[in-house]
Amino acid sequence: MKLFLVGLGGFFGAISRFMIGEWLHSDNGFPLGTLGVNLLGCLVLGWFLAFAKQKGLRGETVLLIGTGFLGSFTTFSTFSVETVNLLTAGRILVALLYVLLSVFVGIILSFLGFKLAHKGDETV
Amino acid sequence: MSYLLIGIGGAFGAICRYILGLAVMRNYQDTFPRGTWIINITGSFLLGLLFNLHTQGLIQDWAMSLFGVGFCGAYTTFSTFGNETVQLIVANKLKLAAMYVGSSVLLTLTAAWLGWVI
Repeated sequence: MKLFLVGLGGFFGAISRFMIGEWLHSDNGFPLGTLGVNLLGCLVLGWFLAFAKQKGLRGETVLLIGTGFLGSFTTFSTFSVETVNLLTAGRILVALLYVLLSVFVGIILSFLGFKLAHKGDETV
Repeated sequence: MSYLLIGIGGAFGAICRYILGLAVMRNYQDTFPRGTWIINITGSFLLGLLFNLHTQGLIQDWAMSLFGVGFCGAYTTFSTFGNETVQLIVANKLKLAAMYVGSSVLLTLTAAWLGWVI
């Protein structure tokens, strides 16, 4: 059952990644699609994990949405292959910009998502 | 049709990530996110290799959708990487967080490059 839920989330996560990636596609060679899905996924997973903990959501729900859907929605392998492509094409600065934006903004958005779920905690 | 292939690859990629993550967690109890680390490095190598074979015309578009976009894409994950890094930072394990980020980026790029030139 657990494997089925992870797989089900993965099925829709991968398809959503492809659709949004195609939609964000840019013609100048900058991997905007992967950057977009990775950053969005970091924000939503940060929020979801903190929210799930707060509300005591069932482990199965976290497997379906967190591990399955959001885990598959974002991707590291496409990020690294795209960076290698930029590097071998001699576009060193673009590659560097891509890596720095992905990593630092990804970490900041993960944190923001986490904070968003805890918003209002202080007022209690 | 390609949507279905990507979805099927994605389902298996996510399941492999989950199983491998659990297996690594059982064997190592330390705070370093070793599971995601290994998954992202091996998945980057595999995608680099597939990309290489695809540009040489040795595998077709449908195989790239199934194994590349679907499986490798879903097997590896960026959102978990970002969130594990935040967990380390929040726990004030800054050195470990920097090591995790630095080694993940460096080793996944090396792995993708190796798959690409092999």
